[in-house]
Amino acid sequence: MTRTVTASAAIAFLAALLVFDQASADLNPYKAPPAFALGSGQASSGGFCGALPE
Amino acid sequence: MSGASVPQGREGPAFDILARRGGLVLAALACIALVALFAGARYGMMLAIGLGFGIALEGLRFGFAGPWRAMILRREPAGILAQLLSIGIVSAVAIPLLAAHPDELTGAQAPIGWAMIGGAFVFGAAMQVVLGCGSGTLVNAGSGNPVGLLALPFFAIGSFAGAYHLIWWTGLGALPILTLSGWPGLIVTLAALAAVAGLLLRLARPEARHLPRRLVIAAIALAALAIANLVIAGQPWGVVYGLGLWAAKGFTALGGDLSGSAFWSAPGSERILQGSILTDYTSLTNIGIIAGAFAVAAWRSGGLSQKLPGYPMRAWLATIVAGFLLGYSSRLAFGCNVGAFFSGVSTGSLHGWVWFVAAFAGAVLGVRLRPLLGLETRA
Repeated sequence: MTRTVTASAAIAFLAALLVFDQASADLNPYKAPPAFALGSGQASSGGFCGALPE
Repeated sequence: MSGASVPQGREGPAFDILARRGGLVLAALACIALVALFAGARYGMMLAIGLGFGIALEGLRFGFAGPWRAMILRREPAGILAQLLSIGIVSAVAIPLLAAHPDELTGAQAPIGWAMIGGAFVFGAAMQVVLGCGSGTLVNAGSGNPVGLLALPFFAIGSFAGAYHLIWWTGLGALPILTLSGWPGLIVTLAALAAVAGLLLRLARPEARHLPRRLVIAAIALAALAIANLVIAGQPWGVVYGLGLWAAKGFTALGGDLSGSAFWSAPGSERILQGSILTDYTSLTNIGIIAGAFAVAAWRSGGLSQKLPGYPMRAWLATIVAGFLLGYSSRLAFGCNVGAFFSGVSTGSLHGWVWFVAAFAGAVLGVRLRPLLGLETRA
């Protein structure tokens, strides 16, 4: 067995993750934040490993 | 590369390589465009940054666990020097930017505490057992390393569980968040990075006191991507949060109840849990890193044709346990080698420096554990 199998499994995992995600949450580009946070005037609100939740 | 040997027809190995590489580039561009179109431009750019991280890490062989091992076992400091160079470049931009735009940008700033120090120590040991850190596990999985691939889901479950208990662990005792900010903070950070580099060079074998051009290029590329991450997302590069989020989404989809966790039931966490992972910055960069590493492995001639190594059963069990510990401990430590060390130090958080010391001490232990667990296939 070669790395083709395991690397393909990693990509299959990503594909399954995205299918599951799209089945459980909707995307709306009209609610998207400005392209750049810097200069947007908006506070960052993304999840981060160094931060406790709001 | 010379084109003299490329056949003119649509057959032959050269055409196959060209078609494969062209397909990889088109697939990457299509994914970025689709995310930008259906989620928003910022999210498309974050996926592009993630792909860049994956390509730089795998393509230029830049890592964290391997260089730490090289320093501990062979007194070769080049990899860690490259890490310090990259962190220094980011800090030169990020620390002044954070001071000038505190309402728009957030650093990787977290409190130093007992659980944080213990978590960093365990993370350092576990990352030497599987020879993969936060970013390294993603890169390894994407490039077809079976140890990285097996460790990844358990890393995600561990990250979810660590976040579940994070508030309790932090309650064991923590200092207020301590930061090095503004121009004085930048000067102190750069001086400390230089001091660590000097110490490493002093401890290194004389013939190993050099920094290969490949690592310099990688350090600069990673720094540029990390700065772009901060400017676009408003927060630094991270890995662990996104993995825990994937597991948390799976847990709730299976009917799990998160109301018992102060972390996952907080309003900010609930909002992110209800959204798509294509609107979560660390998820996007994580996906990009895996896909970018895959692209590099598929791009290289013979990159995916390597035979998988054989390991004893105890090695696979150790990988599962270490993968879980990587995730759990990095949540207690407020980040992994990326979120706490790379991003913490480069955005002026003192917890990044404490993380570095504790994790390096853990790595010294982990280097010795690896052969005992059957994961040593080379000298």
